[in-house]
Amino acid sequence: MVTVRFFAMLKGLAKTEIKEYDIKAPVKLDELKSLVKRDFPALEGLLESRSVLVSINQEFAGKDAVVKDGDEVGFLPPFSGG
Amino acid sequence: MSDLVRIQEKDFSIDEEVRRVSAASKGIGAVATFLGAARDFSKGETITGLSFEHYPVMAEKKLADIRERALGNFNIIEMGIVHRVGKIDIGENIVLIVAASAHRNDAFMACEWAITELKRTTPIWKSETTSKGEVWVSETP
Repeated sequence: MVTVRFFAMLKGLAKTEIKEYDIKAPVKLDELKSLVKRDFPALEGLLESRSVLVSINQEFAGKDAVVKDGDEVGFLPPFSGG
Repeated sequence: MSDLVRIQEKDFSIDEEVRRVSAASKGIGAVATFLGAARDFSKGETITGLSFEHYPVMAEKKLADIRERALGNFNIIEMGIVHRVGKIDIGENIVLIVAASAHRNDAFMACEWAITELKRTTPIWKSETTSKGEVWVSETP
């Protein structure tokens, strides 16, 4: 199982905070992104923009990253703390 | 260390945080602080309240990382970082950076770097309440 978490405006657009995917064998982050875009069409534009960062297990992940069973993937819109 | 870097809902005391950081060494001769507060306007809109959300664990890790890098890259003795989350009223405290060093220039530089780095790397998001409702802020100057 891979847990996907949405934050801030992404959470609002997805209308949920968490979505779980039954992923057993490792997949490329891009493949997971495609699943998320399929399930949440409202997020498509933002997930394709460079401004939304991705984390895997609370660390920033590059576009070539691989997601495996048990991982937590965060979709992080532009930060606005401070 | 855990006391020096925190994300919390409740307000903080600047005096207490400065004391906490200053307790690190009697060699501290300069303490620079940055306080971010909730202002009542943004892009021409009147703001009546703010709310902050964070990614638990990751945000704390990023703040701890900023402190570690500040200690490694600047000639400072100690640093504290506190950021509030949840609902924040206009005029209230949001974030505090405390940088302590032997001499002032190092503290000023580390403090400025740390708040810029916080805005760049820490998964914390602000929403503003205006007459049009609640809006997530997507860019920080």
